[in-house]
Amino acid sequence: MDRFDKKESCIEVQDLTMAYGSFVIQRDLSFTVNRGDIFIIMGGSGCGKSTLLRNMVGLQAPAKGKVLYNGASFWDSGPEERKNIMRRFGILYQSGALWSSMTLAENVALPLSEYTRLSHAEIRELVSLKLALVGLAGFEEFYPSEISGGMCKRAGIARAMALDPDILFFDEPSAGLDPISARRLDELIVELRDSLGTTVVVVTHELASIFAIGDNSVFLDAESRTMIAVGDPKKLIEESRDPKIRNFLTRGNP
Amino acid sequence: MDINFDRTADDTILIRIGGNWNIENGLPSTDEFERVAGTKPLPARIAFDTTQLGDWDSSLLAYLSKLTDYCGQRSIAVLRQGLPEGVARLIELASAVPETKDARKERHRTPFLARVGEAVLYAGESMGEMLAFTGEAALSFSRFIRGKARFRRADLWLLMEECGAQAVPIVSLISLLVGLILAFVGAVQLKMFGAQIYVADLVGIAMAREMGAMMTAIVMAGRTGAAFAAQLGTMQVNEEIDALKTLGISPMDFLVMPRILALVLMLPLLCLYANFMGILGGGIVGVGLLDISPIHYYHETKAALSLMQFLPGLIKAVVFGVMVALSGCLRGMQCKRSASAVGEAATSSVVTAIVSIIVSDAILTVIFDRIGI
Repeated sequence: MDRFDKKESCIEVQDLTMAYGSFVIQRDLSFTVNRGDIFIIMGGSGCGKSTLLRNMVGLQAPAKGKVLYNGASFWDSGPEERKNIMRRFGILYQSGALWSSMTLAENVALPLSEYTRLSHAEIRELVSLKLALVGLAGFEEFYPSEISGGMCKRAGIARAMALDPDILFFDEPSAGLDPISARRLDELIVELRDSLGTTVVVVTHELASIFAIGDNSVFLDAESRTMIAVGDPKKLIEESRDPKIRNFLTRGNP
Repeated sequence: MDINFDRTADDTILIRIGGNWNIENGLPSTDEFERVAGTKPLPARIAFDTTQLGDWDSSLLAYLSKLTDYCGQRSIAVLRQGLPEGVARLIELASAVPETKDARKERHRTPFLARVGEAVLYAGESMGEMLAFTGEAALSFSRFIRGKARFRRADLWLLMEECGAQAVPIVSLISLLVGLILAFVGAVQLKMFGAQIYVADLVGIAMAREMGAMMTAIVMAGRTGAAFAAQLGTMQVNEEIDALKTLGISPMDFLVMPRILALVLMLPLLCLYANFMGILGGGIVGVGLLDISPIHYYHETKAALSLMQFLPGLIKAVVFGVMVALSGCLRGMQCKRSASAVGEAATSSVVTAIVSIIVSDAILTVIFDRIGI
C-alpha cells in the first residue's frame, strides 16, 4: 500500500459554485481528491451531489470556480485539451446509461474503437475480459433491455473501465440494488482501486457503502447550500460535533 | 363524529370527541371551535376527552391538526394527554418537520401583456436554438463529408431500413388514396366540358410536382420524425447522451447525422414511389369511372409528364427530408429528463416538421415558378 501513502492530489475543486440560472444549488465548494483515494460525495437527497458530479466530469459548466485535474483547469481548457482530460475518465451513470441500441459487447467496444487503434479481434478480446471482470462473461450479445438492472450497472462499469481510466466516477452505484449486489459492487470498487490504483469518486447516500469503501469524503448540506465537512467518514462519525453530520451518518440515532 | 366544547373555569377548553370518525363522512369544520376559542376571555389551553371515541381515521387527524395549527398561531397550549396514544403520535409526526415555506410554489397571475411579451421572447429564443442546431448539423455534415464524423455504419443502414423500406406500406396507401381523391375532384369539373381525359394530366402533374413529396413528407413527419424525437428524448432521459458526451463523441455526429442522412436519402425515393402510386390511383378512377381505356390513360399521362416535371417534386422531397429529420432530432435533443418530456418532444417534433414542410413548400413553389421549372 506504499503508493497510497504519499498523498498526491488528483482532482482539486476550488471555490465551485453551481447554479441553474439564478438558483444556486451549492456554493464555495473546495476540496481535494488524492490519487488512489475512494472519495465519497455525500449528503441528503436533492442537495446537489449529482450536479457536483456533472460539473466535475464536464457535462455542466460551473457558475463560478474551478475544477483542476493534475493542476490543469478543466473549464478553462480548449476543446481538445478537455477531450484529453475526459479520455482519462470512466463514468458509471445512475441508471447505467448503456446505449440501448447496442449489445453489451458493442457498448464496451465503442470507447475502445474511438480511442485506440486496436483491431476488431483485439477489441473483442478486451471486451470479453472487461465483461468477465464484472461477472458478465457470456452476455456479450445481450441488449441492455434483456438483462436486469444490477447487470446493467455492472455492464456500465465494464464500459467505464474500458480505457483503463485514471479516475472512475460512480453516480449512486448502489441505488436500486439489493443489499448483496450492492455489497458486491462495493467490493468491486475497492478491488479496482487496489489492483489498478484508480482514483474513485462516488456519489452516494448509502451509509453501508460510505463506511465500507470511503477514504475521504465531502458532505454537502442542502439547507446552507454548501459543504459542511470534509474527511474520512469513519473519523467524521467519531469526531464531528455537527448535529447534521452526526444525524446523517447515524441515520438519526446518535 | 360528535364534538362538544366545554369551557372549564381555568381558561381551558375541554373538547369532547366521540363517535366513529370515518373519512367517507367528510371533514368537520373548525368554525365552531374558532367561535368558542375566540370568545373572551381567550383560553390559555385546550384539552381533550376521548373516552366516547369509537373508530377513527385520517379525518380525525386532519381535524386535530387544523386545531393544533390554529392554537399554535394564537399561542394556546394543546394538551395532548387526553388523545389516544396513536393519534397523539401521528399528530406529533405531522408537526415534526416544519413546513418549508419557499417550497410551496406560488401561483401568481401574470398580466396579459406580460404573457404576450414572454411568449415573444420565448419564440425568439427557440428560433435561436433552432438556428444553432441547424448550424451544428451543418458542421457535423462537413465533418461527415471529410470522413471525420464518428458514427456506426450499421446504425445508418438500420435507420435507412426503418425510414425507407418499412414506410412503403403506409406511403402506398396514402398516395394511392390521394391520387384517387385528386382524380375524383378533377373528374367532376372536367366532365362538364367533356374533357375527362385530362384527369390523367391533372393527377400526373399534381402528384409529380406537389402532392407526392408533400404527402410523403407529412407521413414521414408523423412516422419517423416523431420516432427520432422519442428515441433521442429517451436517450436523454436515460443519460445515454451524457455518456456519449463524456466519452468525447459528439451526439451530433453519432446520433443526429445518421438520422438526417437516412431520411434525406430515403425521402426522394419514397416520393418517386408515391408519385407512381398516385398516378395509379388516378388511373383506377379514370378507367373504372370515366370509361377511359387504360392504354389511353397511360399515353395521356406520358404526354403530360416530361422528366423535368419530376424535378420540383424531388427537390422538395430532399428539402422536406432535411426539415423532418432536423425537427425530430432537435426536439429529441432538447428533451428534458422526464417521461412526459419525451411525449412533448414527439408531439412538438411533428408540429415543427409539418409547419416547416408547408412553409418551405410555399417558398419553393414560388422560386420554381420564378425560375420556370
